[in-house]
Amino acid sequence: MSLTVPYLIEERPDTGVFNAKMGIWLFLASEVMLFGALFSTYVLLRVGSIEWPMGSTILSVPIGAFNTVVLITSSVTMVFAWVSLKLKQFDKFKLYLGLTILLALTFLVVKAFEYGAKFSHGMFPKTSTYLAIYFTLTGLHALHVIGGIIVNSYFWGPGGHLWQTKPEQFTNRIEIAGLYWHFVDLVWIFLFPVLYLL
Amino acid sequence: MSEHVHDIQREIRGYIIVGVSLLALTIVTVTVSYLHLNLTGAIIVALFVATVKGSLVACYFMHLISEKKLIYIILIFTVFFFAGMMSLTLFSSHNNIRGTQMLHSTSQTTGRVHH
Amino acid sequence: MHNNHHDSYDLGFWRKYIFATDHKIIGLQYGITALFFLLVGFSLMMLMRWQLAYPGEPIPVVGQFWIPFSKAIDWIRINIFHIAGSNFAEETLPGGVMLPEFYNQLGAMHGTIMVFMGIVPLAVGAFGNYVVPLQIGAADMAFPKINMASYWSFLIGGVIMLLSFLAPGGAASSGWTSYTPLADIAPTGQTLWIIGMIFLITSSLLGAVNFITTIFQLRAKGLTFMKLPFFVWAQLVTAFLLLLAFPPLEAAGVLQLMDRIAGTSFFLPSGLVVSGKPLEVSGGGNTLLWQHLFWFLAHPEVYVLILPAMGIVAEVIANNTRKPLWGYKSMVYSLLVLGFLSFIVWAHHMFLTGMGTAISTFFQATTMIISIPSVIILTALFLSLWGSSIRFNTPMLFALAFLPMFGIGGLTGLPLGLSTPDIHLHDTYYVIGHFHYIVAPGTIFALFAGIYYWFPKVTGRKMNEILGQIHFWPSLICMNGVFMPMMIQGLAGVSRRLYDGGAQYAHAQGYLHLNEFMSISAWILALAQIPFIINLFWSMFAGRKVENDNPWGSTTLEWATPTPPSHGNFVHEPIVYRGPYEYSVPNATKDFTPQNQEAIT
Repeated sequence: MSLTVPYLIEERPDTGVFNAKMGIWLFLASEVMLFGALFSTYVLLRVGSIEWPMGSTILSVPIGAFNTVVLITSSVTMVFAWVSLKLKQFDKFKLYLGLTILLALTFLVVKAFEYGAKFSHGMFPKTSTYLAIYFTLTGLHALHVIGGIIVNSYFWGPGGHLWQTKPEQFTNRIEIAGLYWHFVDLVWIFLFPVLYLL
Repeated sequence: MSEHVHDIQREIRGYIIVGVSLLALTIVTVTVSYLHLNLTGAIIVALFVATVKGSLVACYFMHLISEKKLIYIILIFTVFFFAGMMSLTLFSSHNNIRGTQMLHSTSQTTGRVHH
Repeated sequence: MHNNHHDSYDLGFWRKYIFATDHKIIGLQYGITALFFLLVGFSLMMLMRWQLAYPGEPIPVVGQFWIPFSKAIDWIRINIFHIAGSNFAEETLPGGVMLPEFYNQLGAMHGTIMVFMGIVPLAVGAFGNYVVPLQIGAADMAFPKINMASYWSFLIGGVIMLLSFLAPGGAASSGWTSYTPLADIAPTGQTLWIIGMIFLITSSLLGAVNFITTIFQLRAKGLTFMKLPFFVWAQLVTAFLLLLAFPPLEAAGVLQLMDRIAGTSFFLPSGLVVSGKPLEVSGGGNTLLWQHLFWFLAHPEVYVLILPAMGIVAEVIANNTRKPLWGYKSMVYSLLVLGFLSFIVWAHHMFLTGMGTAISTFFQATTMIISIPSVIILTALFLSLWGSSIRFNTPMLFALAFLPMFGIGGLTGLPLGLSTPDIHLHDTYYVIGHFHYIVAPGTIFALFAGIYYWFPKVTGRKMNEILGQIHFWPSLICMNGVFMPMMIQGLAGVSRRLYDGGAQYAHAQGYLHLNEFMSISAWILALAQIPFIINLFWSMFAGRKVENDNPWGSTTLEWATPTPPSHGNFVHEPIVYRGPYEYSVPNATKDFTPQNQEAIT
């Protein structure tokens, strides 16, 4: 007989959290530093430049605003997916998580359309430092959106079987996935004004 | 983890209010951008609105407002180091030995030499 | 707490040893892989030291073996990687004589391999993974599958790094620091360096999340923070450094990748001319941005290199003096202050980039202040020896040697951290001497101490003491033989990264003879590692078996497990009643009282 790893579901009394909650916040802290470095790059390059275009002269504000609305809504549906599990309503969970995934895909499609429009006008990352940091920041963000879609799809599909045997652990997993997804939304909340509106 | 349905209803109402606020603030920030403020004003307004939106997402969707002290401490240090990284790097660029300042340049040159 | 049926714990060979999730197996995987990479990195330097001692002369022995080796590389390049033409021998050692381009590759890869594929995986991945869960009384790490992912990411990154030697133009050759704009326009090997780094960084980030969560969440009952072994505290702070400092380098790597592959100008200023032709890029980049982002990681990285080593030395010293550590609390607070400050000192690596006096003063000040917690820790370790009855076994010899060697390394850092003397010393051999004293007879000696110390717990056998002494003494002498002359050369102004060791410079002429001396010391140092390698493998099978589970008479929890620990580590849930170093407690019959022992006997 030997020990197993505790605090998968229940919270440890002195820290007040279960393991995955701590793990995801640590990971998000590292992501703050990752995107923070890119934002620092943006500021440094812009401040050091003679001329820098207003975002609205290069990017489409209505499209960016639309994408912002899409991501915000997906955050709402994500939190409702978790709430549904707390209320033991698995069907509602699948509905809300499914919506979250669809909204995320919509975001990507719109982004792909935006990129395509730029490329067809001969505007590439190498064309200017503005475009370079735009493509890099939104590209890295898009990779994170893809990661979120993969994780959420797994939980919508095969991962959902855990609900049958360990509903509390599954609910925690959705909470953790939600924290990641909200962070992706949060990064965009800063990306949109910085790149499109300033 | 027994929560009364009543509490959850309040939570749900809270999420909806936050969601609506986020959408409203998006409209605000886009509208303000059409006012074509000077750059400093535009930066201040845009970042302020973004900070409010971000705080709403963090505090309510990510439950930070009721999170444990340990998580706060980790995040505070993170924010401090991020601020340090950005500000010290920027300040380094601006505090130069006279005569060694980096050539400024446009962001849209293609192989053309300036100065 | 629920227990699983571990009688039926039989996952088959692949799940148990290859795709393992048990922290002890993963720790051993890290250890074996890291030791191999350390050997590779060391070998690269052995080659370089010939060129430095005898510039332009063909390398004997190795030179002959290089021809068939190069033909094999040619075959792999042409047939597996479909590279058009290949003549590896001519591109590296034509006629056995080292090309400057190859010297630069060896230099850049020596640094990269030693730091990112050798020391950190050994100190954190191997020692951390194996020992930390045991020392806190846990069954495993908090996230075993992420632990496995972390190891495999490390291995993939390491393999990519080694394979980069096969790229057209060879491996990365812009220093381990990959400064732009040179690195932006370097051959393909640099791209592989960036990709390899991304895998290595991912490995560290996953590991950091695991370590912090494990230490916070899985401590045994009664194990409060101020009862933690100093080794665990060191790993905790190290994990925070990795977590928060690595992402900016990952971002910088992405930016450099964009510059190299997508033609962006993040680090390329306008008007850059290469080989007489202006570069056809948009320009507008900031080349110092790379240095800021790189050093933002690389400074905390050096504390990642030293903290686990200090942790190991603390454990070995307490155990072999049979006394509690002196100033445990001060040492812990020093660790925390050190970790915090390490994030705001980085630009002392950039004093010569044109920064003004205000910002230079800031970084100089923080750099001076950060020496204080370092000195506190070192002093406490020295004071721990006072009045004790020292057991001079092999781990203790290495731990004791660490103290003055790290002392020299640390003290030589002071003129580098002051911006004015750094004007003279920057990019000279003085810097190389400084940091090697800390990492080589510093960290590596501590890691050796750890291997000799924990070997019995892992294998149930002790390593041979005589071979240990034969390993130790020549290593200590030769380490000084290699690195002390560098201080002299550096003070004389001999620059680093010169493929001929300064032979072409007038001011270096009086100091060139030291190159031969250092190289011979390095080669003897290499020979001195042979008894260690023999000892390591021989003792695994034929070493003297230990009498009990706690052959060193230690107080910390890892010795309260069976030897070696089985899956789940502890037979009964450990409960901690006392601090980590209760040696020679008054009125006790034994000279040590384990942490999980309730009453004094």
